[in-house]
Amino acid sequence: MTPMVKAEAVHKSFGASHVLKGIDLEVAPREVFCLVGPSGSGKSTFLRCINHLEKISAGRLSVDGQLVGYRQKGDKIYELKEREVAAQRRDIGMVFQRFNLFPHMTALENVTEAPVQVKGETRASAVERAQRLLDRVGLRDKAGHYPAQLSGGQQQRVAIARALAMEPKLMLFDEPTSALDPELVGEVLDVMRGLAEDGMTMIVVTHEMGFAREVGDSLVFMDDGVVVESGRPRDVLTDPRHERTKSFLSKVL
Amino acid sequence: MSEPVVKQKVPHVPPEAIKAIPVRHYGRWISAVLVLVMLGLLGWALSNAEIKWGTVPDYLDYDTVLKGAGNTLLITVLGMLIGVLLGTLLAVMRLSKNPVVSSVAWGYVWFFRGTPVLVQLMLWYNLALIFPILNLGFYKDEMNDVMTPFLAALLGLGLNEAAYMAEISRAGIQSVDEGQTEAAQALGMTRTRTMQRIVLPQAMRVIVPPTGNEFINMLKTSSLCFAIQFEELMKSVTDISSRNLAVMELLMVATIWYLVLTTVFSIGQFYIERYFQRGSSRTLPETPLQRARRNLMTFTRGTGSGAKA
Repeated sequence: MTPMVKAEAVHKSFGASHVLKGIDLEVAPREVFCLVGPSGSGKSTFLRCINHLEKISAGRLSVDGQLVGYRQKGDKIYELKEREVAAQRRDIGMVFQRFNLFPHMTALENVTEAPVQVKGETRASAVERAQRLLDRVGLRDKAGHYPAQLSGGQQQRVAIARALAMEPKLMLFDEPTSALDPELVGEVLDVMRGLAEDGMTMIVVTHEMGFAREVGDSLVFMDDGVVVESGRPRDVLTDPRHERTKSFLSKVL
Repeated sequence: MSEPVVKQKVPHVPPEAIKAIPVRHYGRWISAVLVLVMLGLLGWALSNAEIKWGTVPDYLDYDTVLKGAGNTLLITVLGMLIGVLLGTLLAVMRLSKNPVVSSVAWGYVWFFRGTPVLVQLMLWYNLALIFPILNLGFYKDEMNDVMTPFLAALLGLGLNEAAYMAEISRAGIQSVDEGQTEAAQALGMTRTRTMQRIVLPQAMRVIVPPTGNEFINMLKTSSLCFAIQFEELMKSVTDISSRNLAVMELLMVATIWYLVLTTVFSIGQFYIERYFQRGSSRTLPETPLQRARRNLMTFTRGTGSGAKA
């Protein structure tokens, strides 16, 4: 079976700073894959490389068997055109730490925007699906509200519905609960748990170790641009092998 | 909908309202009297000035004056239209990754912002001196016939305005959070579509207030077009006063008309700004009509009932 995401020796530098120093990993379809580690360890950067918001500097990164941002013909690699990159991104949903909802659109319009504008779906069918998605994240009655009128937890749930509206085969979560008040974290994690149960392939950068242990299928601990340790979440979290993992976990658990 | 209330055991005696003697604002009374005295003196001076106030209302709806005011309005609206459209295009070009495109935009702004409007108007108006024949390949004519005062005024004002609007639009575009672009791109939108659907609508909130200013500026700057024989308000009143020598009377007429036009625009600006504010704050600012209605409500229902829940 083709892995959903495959990274081989992925490097990324921003000018002089070397952020990713050779990441190798595989994410299987339907897997919930958690990335943890201290801030600055490169986990968010790696996530952003997967949908080409950042360009990798070296190595290979593919989603569902296709190189991200490039096309290989023989032994030559061609950069993809902007339109082709956009087409690749359609199948990858992303949820941001700071929600990034479109503030000038209602919750419903946020969800229908991409299906109508990108996929060319009719407004009527996009609205109907958006209402189902908002219902699924528990926000049917907030469809007409603007983001500024919603709580952080509600905004993040709209953002999840917005990503799901494109019917992605892979969902990326970039610290989805880090900007939320503690009491609002649960409602977002509940929606994510539901997604995992429905078999969505998810890569989750998170500091919620409880969620990782309970919902995650595998977990990777990153530090300073490299994968330090990986395995089943329960094993890594309860019985870490490496000193760095131990000292990190002792601070966050 | 009622808010949950934490019940506390408190004896049910409403607290007595404070009866205090309010602070006296003597300063306000003194300054008000001073201002009124000054205004009175000014009014007295003007009424005794050597100006025939009685003739001013007659000139206000003079045919030539009305036509001039109409042309001022026309050239302002059309000039602004060119300015906004071309300015937005220039702003997008300026932010383009293509170095040729962005340098062209930079050069445009450098030239048109760096020279006085009056000079630019004159340059357009006198174009026939260096290009007597306009030859576009598919169209050929005497430049003097093509470059009417109207066209020279339109090009002069519009192209100059585009340079200023480009800078205003650029500031607006750059004020939109980068996360917005990322979110749009993550959904598979192209750069162009992201600009159209996500960035520009949000930039409008920043762009509209200074654009209103530009509009009012343009309304007044258009008076410079009297130098190139365009029949706008300023030219109308100076034409009349050069015949009847009622210089101040007719300048008063122009003043009144400019004030009327700028006032009407300011009202329009309020409603446009309000429209682009949707989503950026929880409640939109009230329109004057809504405010008046709410104030009336508080009269009939007693104080406090008009307060928002």
